[in-house]
Amino acid sequence: MRETPLSNCERDFLLKGIQEKKRLDGRQTYDYRNIKISFGTDYGCCTVTLGKTRVLAQVSCELVPPKDSRPTEGIMFFNLELSPMASPGFQSNRQSELLVTLNRQLERCLRNSRCIDTESLCVISGEKVWQIRVDVHVLNHDGNLMDAASVAAISALCHFKRPEVAIQGRDVTVFSPEERDPVPLSVYHMPICVSFAFFQQGSYLLVDPCEKEELVMDGLLVLAMNKHREICSIQSSGGIMLLKDQVLRCSKIASVKVSEITELITKALENDRRARKEGGKFGFAESIAKERITVLTREEAPLDTTDIQATADGIISKADAPPEVVPSPVIVATGTGQVGEGLENTWGLEEDDEEEEMADVTERKTKEDEVMVLSDSEEEEVVILNQDGRSKRSQR
Amino acid sequence: MNAIHSCFKAQIGEVVLPGDVFQFDVSSVEEDSNIKSEKIVCGPGLRRNGDEILVYKSGILRHKQPSMYWIDSQQKRYVPVKGESVIGIVTAKSGDIFKVDVGGSEQASLSYLAFEGATKRNRPNVQVGDLVYAQFIIANKDMEPELVCIDSCGRANGMGVFGAGGFLFKVSLGLVRRLLAPQSEMVKDLEKIFPFEMVVGLNGRVWVKAKSVQQTLIIANLLESCENMTAQQRRALFKRVAEGAL
Repeated sequence: MRETPLSNCERDFLLKGIQEKKRLDGRQTYDYRNIKISFGTDYGCCTVTLGKTRVLAQVSCELVPPKDSRPTEGIMFFNLELSPMASPGFQSNRQSELLVTLNRQLERCLRNSRCIDTESLCVISGEKVWQIRVDVHVLNHDGNLMDAASVAAISALCHFKRPEVAIQGRDVTVFSPEERDPVPLSVYHMPICVSFAFFQQGSYLLVDPCEKEELVMDGLLVLAMNKHREICSIQSSGGIMLLKDQVLRCSKIASVKVSEITELITKALENDRRARKEGGKFGFAESIAKERITVLTREEAPLDTTDIQATADGIISKADAPPEVVPSPVIVATGTGQVGEGLENTWGLEEDDEEEEMADVTERKTKEDEVMVLSDSEEEEVVILNQDGRSKRSQR
Repeated sequence: MNAIHSCFKAQIGEVVLPGDVFQFDVSSVEEDSNIKSEKIVCGPGLRRNGDEILVYKSGILRHKQPSMYWIDSQQKRYVPVKGESVIGIVTAKSGDIFKVDVGGSEQASLSYLAFEGATKRNRPNVQVGDLVYAQFIIANKDMEPELVCIDSCGRANGMGVFGAGGFLFKVSLGLVRRLLAPQSEMVKDLEKIFPFEMVVGLNGRVWVKAKSVQQTLIIANLLESCENMTAQQRRALFKRVAEGAL
């Protein structure tokens, strides 16, 4: 099926909106959509949702002979796939231009930045090394696939554990997870892509473009950076001329976004690790919010109402003034939390209204330890304290 | 004559799934009725197969007096149906027809003579990328669907090219049907916030235009968020927006 074409009225409207600093979903220029990271029951399985964009990454490993040129290094293999499930415009088993660019960018971001210690993947020099394969599947396309894919891939790599091996002479024994605990990969740093869309020959800039914004943009700048503010790759497409200042400004924005996202990933990994250790429930099924209202009517549940009046009066007499009611239909389940979904847009509402929702977000975060959120309307610079301490943890 | 209705009766308003069967005994129906044979109309999601009716969509079974049955399902992919009015995007001009994207599996064709007052000499002014509100006159699974922008009397009747300014977005087909239902509460509630123009196509596309970009966006976002809301929640939201925006 063909891709839905863009009509003239949409194009005009979007460009006019960008000029007036208005985006379709009520975001500010530098805001990301809500990011949610959840892990599967297997090691190395991760889905990332970025607004409506949804990406799944799965890491797997295999013992293979190394490349002749690098006999002591393991092999990293990245594969990104666009299926028609993501968008009817995508065709499977066809190399589209978008697919090639995304694959190449993902490789540049993760392999060429040497974020994974490939030498530790060597089993017997020149004979057997681990090949780590990262498959990224796009489940839904609503723009900015690159950022979602890079977050998913690096989170999955951090989450992955390969089987332990023992070498006796020439014999290699691979232990099953029951026999010996699998070992995680050593990750030096986490490069994350941040996309910038440019409009009207570079005079307007947006972070995290959605699908419609991607259709009208003139150019795209993808910056891959880690939280130490090291640029891992930079790619500009669409053939627009950018000034030095613009690129520098983008890198500043990227550093803020990357530190936020890195924190989110470490938090998500930490939550998952804790859930596994405590023997709690984990995996995708747990991360899905249950009882979210998706239909128009719900059946009334039968209730025991015998002494309800007395209890209610008792509660009312004891309780303080009722707190502000937040009209959100979201009920977050244990497992993974989510924020933003189901909340109404705050377009045209007063500022304090938004703050109230933000307060709710943080409150929920503290309430449920499993929740990881990235609130999307923080514009101020984030200064990372204790940077070294955290980097040690990520390397561990 | 009630044999057919009775097999449906218990399930009206209930969720049915593809593969569910409604059975009725044809022979008994014929014997009973010296009166005119009873007919029922199978709407979307129901199909007759011999002496049974099969369900082929998941959703809620609906009934309308006297004898109409259909399945109210949630879907986003549009399948052209003859007689339905849709919003299309003109993708190409070739010879004497326009190619129009309606969100179906195939592009529809629209003759340039199928506009009000159009003749061979007097061509309508349609550019690639324009929006048209048009009606299907041919829509079946084996042929290219065909659109027209005139009714049977040759009048435009609201159809034709539109959409200077304003914004087009997509919602689910269920929401569109709810918007188009006569006396739709959603539209009435929305009208109270501020004035705006709206075109709703049965293919899930909605075009809105209000006074400013801001207001258009508010309307579009409100409509999108109506998808999974109860009437109460909706009213509460609309009220908040009306207070905040005005």
